Amino acid sequence: MFKKILIANRGEIAVRVIRACREMGIASVAVFSEVDRGALHVLKADEAYAIGPAAARESYLNIEKILAVAKRSGAEAIHPGYGFLSENAVFARACEAAGVKFIGPSAASMDMMGSKTKARQNMEKAGVPFVPGTSRGLESFEEAERIAVKIGYPVMLKAAAGGGGKGMRLVHRSEELRNALEAARSEAQRSFGDDEVYLEKAIVNPRHIEMQILADEHGNTVYLGERECSIQRRHQKVVEEAPSPIVDPDMRRRMGEVAVKVAKAAYYANAGTIEFLVDQEKNFYFLEMNTRLQVEHPVTELVTGLDLVQLQIRIANGETLPFSQADVQLRGHAIECRIYAEDPDNNYFPSPGRIAMLASPAGPGIREDSGVYEGWTVPIDYDPLLSKLVGYGSDRAQATAKLLRALDELFIGGIKTNIALFKRILNDADFQAGKLNTGYLDRLAEKKESPSPDHAEVAAIAAGLFSAMGRSSAGSPVKGPEISAEPQSSAWRCVARREALR
Amino acid sequence: MILEIVINSRSVRLQLEKKGESWLCHLDGRVTEIDPVLIAPGVLSLLIEGHSYEVRQESATRLWIEGKPYDAEVRDPRSLKSRRGATADDGGPKKLTAPMPGKVVRYLVVEGAAVEAGQGLVVVEAMKMQNEIKSPKKGMVKKLVAAVGAAVNAGDALLIVE
Repeated sequence: MFKKILIANRGEIAVRVIRACREMGIASVAVFSEVDRGALHVLKADEAYAIGPAAARESYLNIEKILAVAKRSGAEAIHPGYGFLSENAVFARACEAAGVKFIGPSAASMDMMGSKTKARQNMEKAGVPFVPGTSRGLESFEEAERIAVKIGYPVMLKAAAGGGGKGMRLVHRSEELRNALEAARSEAQRSFGDDEVYLEKAIVNPRHIEMQILADEHGNTVYLGERECSIQRRHQKVVEEAPSPIVDPDMRRRMGEVAVKVAKAAYYANAGTIEFLVDQEKNFYFLEMNTRLQVEHPVTELVTGLDLVQLQIRIANGETLPFSQADVQLRGHAIECRIYAEDPDNNYFPSPGRIAMLASPAGPGIREDSGVYEGWTVPIDYDPLLSKLVGYGSDRAQATAKLLRALDELFIGGIKTNIALFKRILNDADFQAGKLNTGYLDRLAEKKESPSPDHAEVAAIAAGLFSAMGRSSAGSPVKGPEISAEPQSSAWRCVARREALR
Repeated sequence: MILEIVINSRSVRLQLEKKGESWLCHLDGRVTEIDPVLIAPGVLSLLIEGHSYEVRQESATRLWIEGKPYDAEVRDPRSLKSRRGATADDGGPKKLTAPMPGKVVRYLVVEGAAVEAGQGLVVVEAMKMQNEIKSPKKGMVKKLVAAVGAAVNAGDALLIVE
């Protein structure tokens, strides 16, 4: 087994991998940018090394610097987490050249799956079901028009190198096609440096269901069940759960077998995820393969009882899978909320800053994978994911109730978060009935918010007591106030400040 | 002690009176006995007629109870400051501050421009997203404080509207 692993990431996922290393008796090496010196992953790791400025391309995306730390620290393997270099075949090759094991698939598998058009060509050969459309980049507007007419509107234009909704355009009518194609091309060029765009039939308000697979380096591949990830905003997942409320054992087996077929066609090893679009008749179509650990992997861990990160490390170490497909049993239900520093009153705009107050939930059926702590300043430079809160119960209703209870216990002060949105979702009748698709959040936004109990009187009393008790000397618990008529900031000072502004 | 408290812009009169370990509270003509314990800085446990509440003070003017925020401002009716503060907009200059750390992308107004309340004044970028900061009041742009391209922290002054 490896003695030391470098984690080429930050935030909650770096902490997640460091924890697995600790559990396995493997030393962990963190890397950090200038703004992350005090970050949780640095505190949790056995060793930590600075790799440069805040800008990701000069630190977390800098292959040379990361490999230099691997060499200096003597790390034998690198776990890339998700995002950053996790799906970068150049990095995987550089690791190999440097004699460091990349914990993930081979560069060749990544190449095959990295481009959506290439993946499609390969998977069509393997007989994987696809949404009707092109498997090659569009040559011209005329070609796009011809294919769109053939498969029927609405159609979706997509960037071949795409992800995260960039370079995507939904086209309802032929008149919109020309502008949409130009827009998708220029956005793809700007975002990925590649303007290859392809076209497929748009499935309106599909479900987004993905299948977790695990493959060792000896040709054994298993599927670990699906995750329902239909609740999305701007093509970013917000809530994920396992199992899906609509997938029955037969559908799971069929999806799982396709997923294994996809993985085998790509000579895939390690953990991977095959994403499917599912239409209203429960037909599923291959969308793409994510060649890394997913953000939402904890829901699969909870319902399978497996530790995916530990298994990734074992697979990278050359071990064979310690179980077969028949051993994989799903038990219970798990739901995950992605807690983000973002402002719900301002179109969910990122809202980083200092976490002045933090209370974490606990108790039965709750897992929190967090990358923050009270007093930490969430940097503006990266994705503002704070933590993932997961509820686990014997069934979906139990998991929902546990998660709602935990959301009530969770408090994050000083920055704005999307916590209130999750309470709305989990209390919503459509969510509870499992009526989900990618249009869910838009529909929820149009619904009237049910009023929550108002405690304005309690707030008034508390405000008065804070004021009264706060005037006594520091230290808690404080019971007796020193009553003083002196306001905390004098009117003279206010006037002086105002004058200073002139 | 008599306090004037503004909760979500509604003003109430609160009288607090220490009675042994608990407090007597007069609010809207009702008298209630309250058992408060400050369990941590900014975290108050309240027992009110057997009901248990955990109140968190996120900032000087914001409280949270059961996952819901309340804007709360305490005024001492005897002080001069409170009486002045009670008249909402005093017509003085207002500093517009950055709501989150980021970079000043561009100003949408020039110094001396007349602006309406809610009008976009400056664009700040954080995490590759651009956000328009709007005017808190009708008035005139007195001064552009932050330079275009400058990195700002949450709370830093961007410009002043008078």
